[in-house]
Amino acid sequence: MAFREYKIGARLFGVALGGSMVITLYFPTVNMTSVAVTEIGLKKQLSYGRISGFSYEDPFLRGEGKPKTVMLDTDPKTGAQIDPIEAYVYEAGVPFPSGINHPRTLGPGVTQLSVDKGMIGEANKGAGAVFVVSRGTSQGETVTYIENASATRGWQPSDVLTTAGDANTKLVGSGKIMFVREGCWWCHTLLPEQTQDWQYFGIPPRLGDFNGESPTAFGSDRKAPDLLHVGSRNSSKEWMMMHFFNPRLVQPHSIMPRYDYLWGEKDASGKSIDFAAWRTAYTEYQKGKTVYPPEVPDYAADSEIRYLIDFVLSLK
Amino acid sequence: MFKYLFAKNEDIPPGTAAVYFGFSSILWFVIGTGLGSFNAAKLAFPDFVTGSELFSFGHMRQVHVLAVIFGWISMAFAMAMMYITPALGNTKLWSEKLGVWNCFLWNIGLSTGLTLLWFGVTSGREYSDFPWFIDLYIASFIALPMAINVWMTILTRRTQGIYTTNWFFGAGVFMIAIVFIVGNSPEWFNLTGLSEAYLTWWFAHNVLGLWITPIAAAIAYYTVPKVTGNPLYSHRIGHLHFWSVVVFYSTPAAHHLMSAPLPEWLKSFASVEGVLILVPAIAFVSNLLLTMQGKWHMFVENVEIKFTITGVLMAIPLNMQGGFQQTRAINWYVHGTGWIVAHAHLALLGFSTFLEAAAVYYGLQTILRRKLFSLALANFHFWFLLIGFSIYWVSMTIAGLIQGAGKIYEVPYIDVVIAEHPYMIARWVGGTMVFTGNIVWLYNMYMTAKAGTEIPEGRLPHELAYER
Repeated sequence: MAFREYKIGARLFGVALGGSMVITLYFPTVNMTSVAVTEIGLKKQLSYGRISGFSYEDPFLRGEGKPKTVMLDTDPKTGAQIDPIEAYVYEAGVPFPSGINHPRTLGPGVTQLSVDKGMIGEANKGAGAVFVVSRGTSQGETVTYIENASATRGWQPSDVLTTAGDANTKLVGSGKIMFVREGCWWCHTLLPEQTQDWQYFGIPPRLGDFNGESPTAFGSDRKAPDLLHVGSRNSSKEWMMMHFFNPRLVQPHSIMPRYDYLWGEKDASGKSIDFAAWRTAYTEYQKGKTVYPPEVPDYAADSEIRYLIDFVLSLK
Repeated sequence: MFKYLFAKNEDIPPGTAAVYFGFSSILWFVIGTGLGSFNAAKLAFPDFVTGSELFSFGHMRQVHVLAVIFGWISMAFAMAMMYITPALGNTKLWSEKLGVWNCFLWNIGLSTGLTLLWFGVTSGREYSDFPWFIDLYIASFIALPMAINVWMTILTRRTQGIYTTNWFFGAGVFMIAIVFIVGNSPEWFNLTGLSEAYLTWWFAHNVLGLWITPIAAAIAYYTVPKVTGNPLYSHRIGHLHFWSVVVFYSTPAAHHLMSAPLPEWLKSFASVEGVLILVPAIAFVSNLLLTMQGKWHMFVENVEIKFTITGVLMAIPLNMQGGFQQTRAINWYVHGTGWIVAHAHLALLGFSTFLEAAAVYYGLQTILRRKLFSLALANFHFWFLLIGFSIYWVSMTIAGLIQGAGKIYEVPYIDVVIAEHPYMIARWVGGTMVFTGNIVWLYNMYMTAKAGTEIPEGRLPHELAYER
């Protein structure tokens, strides 16, 4: 072929590009996959589910096929009082996160405890499962691991949801889908920087905080406050409602878009939300003709804004 | 286009694929910059078009970014490859029909992908936002046919050596295929965590480093000698450019995540390699500016050279920024601020766009055998692009420095937003000027095809006088 006079060049090209791939892909991967997942990383992957972008179970990113995060203070099997515990409920058919499907990705120590003591190998997608994060000892150090409570404690998804009730159920996994779909991360980073940001936005994440999360949605262009620990700074659901409906209600200088459309058509009591009337009343308020802005409607239990607020408030 | 999809290859006039790619790229440029202007308006005036999911900023930002990268820039590259590769091999394009199909499938795939993104169907990974089946489509029906056509044209050339431009083209289509497949692997294999985050930026960096930068430079290696009539100043410097791109530009991906918890050795390595991109940059700029010896009057008089050399000159601040802003000493201040946005536009709208615009101007005139319709409109396009971009770049750089100061002095964030507001308006004005210039360009090229003076056999477009 006519490349023959370029034999040396073609081979050198292969060596150069191959060498660069070894250094920039192979070495880092070996390094990063040897990290043990932290408690934060476990909680994130269990509450977000398998994937928070496009997926088979949720092709249009509506928040379907995601786990539910519940707060339990009663054992759903025995009815006994227990210390409050966060449980991650995977109803029948909801795909498991990476750590359950590929325990190896949990990292040294955690994998073994999760498989041996946590019995995650017995979790069955068809039947659903409930997971909790537990503490154990590996080589003399305390580590957290995943416990399949359906196997170890006999907790069934439906029982857990009934016991906790809707008020204690947070749709965090569906909310991360909203965060990705609505492009919150185009302006709000999820990455306090290591060189500053400690006081204002909280502690930067650590190496093992991400195992099992996809996409990580760090964001690259910070046009708005970092949100990694926003739930610790501001845990008011009412503030979040006003801020999402129209950010100018709580922060007159904000350039954030309005997310009123996430309320959907009906409010919490099933009545249609009259957006046009709300806007008219808001314009009156802006012009100074009324003293108070119109009330933000309460959102329905299955509205997208509920998902998003549940997610944002889970960012502790 | 449709009549050639099912024609015999030998019945398709040479250059057809390049013409289709050329006009498609201009159209995508108009769409992409229009979206950019719209998004900028939303950042300046948050209640501009509100209440609809489809017109919210978070749904439109990525459509703008991917429309200009995969619509405008990459299609202009394909256009350049379809006519420059055969011209430099003294031959015809290997398959004109494959080229026409490539353009057709490219437009279909990109429209589908961008529509899905617009409706929120995304992978949530910056620059690789397309869901994985669109990635698969791009790899198989956009990148692969283009690569086959370029390689086969180089193999069937009728010259002995391969000119610098064609090294870059041949290597570039290979590297973009590798980068695309590896960079999107987290979506195909559900890789998670830091590996996913790192691969996202590995992809984003290498799309720029191994596709946009070298191919844009390769175009200039053709345009400047061809239009000025001067031979390339030095092929050895061209060698240095090529090899240092492959070795240095493919490695600093981790410098996009300097403040993320990646392994420290990786960040340090990336940072050092990142400074070394000054090697290909200086080689490229010096080689082309020296090629201009004795022909500097064409920088003023000739549209193609005006665009190309402006782009080459913008590579100087671009690479000085790029080489140093990623070191730890500077990155902590500017990371994640508007400074980076300004830098990204300097690379894509400044440096790269000006080089490709020249290739599209020159290529369409050469293939259609029609002199450019209006010099005045071309100058209008040039100045609106340059002034609009400059307003954008200056305002975003200032906004970035404000954000950086706000970041390190831990100023309440809302005060930063207030301080940035005038610059957000300026950015919108600049972006809108670029958009306006591009509409004029589309009209000018349409009129060139319809009513431009015919170029006689054996003459080059720039040898003829303008009539308007």
